[in-house]
Amino acid sequence: MERKGILIVGEFNGSRMSSLTAELLGIGRTLADVRRGELAAVFIGSWIDHMVALQAIAAGADKVYLMDASIFREYLADTYLAALKGLVNEIQPEVLLLGHSSMGKDLAPRLAFSLGTGLTTDCIDLSFDAATGLLRKTKPVYGGNACATYVCYGGYPQMATIRAKVFLPRPPDVSRKGEVIPWQPRISGEESRVKIIKRVKEDLPGIKLEEANVVICGGRGIGGPEGFKKLDELAQILRGAVGGTRIASDKKWVPSACQIGLTGKLVSPSLYIGLAVSGASQHLAGIAGNTVVAAVNKDPAANIFSRARYGIVDDYQKVLPALIEKCRQLCSG
Amino acid sequence: MKMIVGVGEMNIVVCVKEIPDPEMPASVFSIDPEKRRAVLPAGRKMVISDYDERAVEAVLRIKDTQECRVTALSMGGSSAIEVLRHCLSMGCDDAVLLSDPLFLDSDSFVTASVLAAAINKIGHVDLVTCGVEEGEWDEGQVGAGIAELLKVPCVTAVADIKISGDRVVMNRVVEDGREVVEVPLPALATVGSEIGEPRYSSVRKIREAMRKEIRVWSSDDITPPKQRNEMLALFIPARREVACEFFEGETAEEKAVKLAEALRAAKLI
Repeated sequence: MERKGILIVGEFNGSRMSSLTAELLGIGRTLADVRRGELAAVFIGSWIDHMVALQAIAAGADKVYLMDASIFREYLADTYLAALKGLVNEIQPEVLLLGHSSMGKDLAPRLAFSLGTGLTTDCIDLSFDAATGLLRKTKPVYGGNACATYVCYGGYPQMATIRAKVFLPRPPDVSRKGEVIPWQPRISGEESRVKIIKRVKEDLPGIKLEEANVVICGGRGIGGPEGFKKLDELAQILRGAVGGTRIASDKKWVPSACQIGLTGKLVSPSLYIGLAVSGASQHLAGIAGNTVVAAVNKDPAANIFSRARYGIVDDYQKVLPALIEKCRQLCSG
Repeated sequence: MKMIVGVGEMNIVVCVKEIPDPEMPASVFSIDPEKRRAVLPAGRKMVISDYDERAVEAVLRIKDTQECRVTALSMGGSSAIEVLRHCLSMGCDDAVLLSDPLFLDSDSFVTASVLAAAINKIGHVDLVTCGVEEGEWDEGQVGAGIAELLKVPCVTAVADIKISGDRVVMNRVVEDGREVVEVPLPALATVGSEIGEPRYSSVRKIREAMRKEIRVWSSDDITPPKQRNEMLALFIPARREVACEFFEGETAEEKAVKLAEALRAAKLI
């Protein structure tokens, strides 16, 4: 059977498709147009709101498969894997894309191994190779110091997960037509071996780090949780959010959900202010390309200054109180 | 993997990988585009991948509370011996090195397949752990791949592992919080940095680790499968030239005021 079409695995929250899913549909549409082929999306869940399917069509999908069953109420790798594998074997897509989200990171490798194909994770560029027709998959490696481009010769579908906030979603077009297909996965009540005993939501107060327009970030040099209280003060004045480097998160000066970097959150504020942040590559990889960076560090050779637009070489403890005062004065008027 | 819980000690395998020291500054990082690898600058070492070291810590915390035998397993060149010795000095009981020219430059598919075959060869294993991802190719798929190949349940990004009879309870980190999950043994877990900092090795343990024998298995013992992915290119992306404007002043306060004014002028605050 000829393999054709692009399939993306969507995610949603309530009646809203996730922003990463819109980005998946954006790059998926581009790839499908190159092939003059179809773009399909699949959503798995229980009592899925039809609005989600309509949003996917407006964002570029031609077909939307809805796998709706009570066993899909919460994400469990074993059941989701069995369901997706069934769909992939049935419709035989050429390309299969997932988001590099909690679910995508957990599910995509297992799906790839189970299908016997090659996956590339956390991609920032995808295109078809002119010579072979295979999918060229480019991703950051060595903690963001370099990039590597891969192709998969050894299997189908061509698989990748994509990094958030790199690919552009299409502006929603509500006049687009598409087909919504309820899909009954042929899984015989497959029991998940993993049982969820408890779910704890860590709702952090204030503005979400990923959505903040201003991010104040502290690094190793902050020295302790007390220092971060001062950062909170600045964040409040600038109506922003506070994040930390991996060291700050390791030492529990900030919650692990506030770690910025390749393995933590990716942020895309207009302004990022780094205090006592050295600027390791894996950290800088978590800051979007169009963000303006301001940095305060004692060490003039700190790597963060190679990314910064504005810099102060000094002890952050001496700079911060005056910065807070001046910002308060400027932002109150 | 066969389960023998309740019959003597638990057997745990922790998979570790050597990577170029990730703490080295970006200014000394360089690559060999022909060989498609990073060039290790003089004076820099290959070290254990950070998450893998935390995977070692996670299983040693189990070993602190109950009898078990922990085997550190690594695929790599001869320098991976150092990484395995480090695991032994932290408290692992055994070490196995998978080293063969045929194992070099493996993709995740081959790496997971060879590690899974090695785990089968080790025999009765109850629990396998590894880092959520290694710090070289940053793929994060070897752990889940091993689990899929061994057909055991897999829990990714765990922050805590507790054995309770023939089951294991883990804390898992997800985007908006945590999950507490329970799986039957045998199982595989990938460990994230939330588990906390790895322990230090004592001088005595380091000396003992130097004397321990490390088994070496080659392609005579394990036949690697065909690669799935091939790397076409490795490159350093063009950095956007950002000229940094430094604010000078007699005092730190003066510099701070200038920065705030500049941010205001640029409509950033």
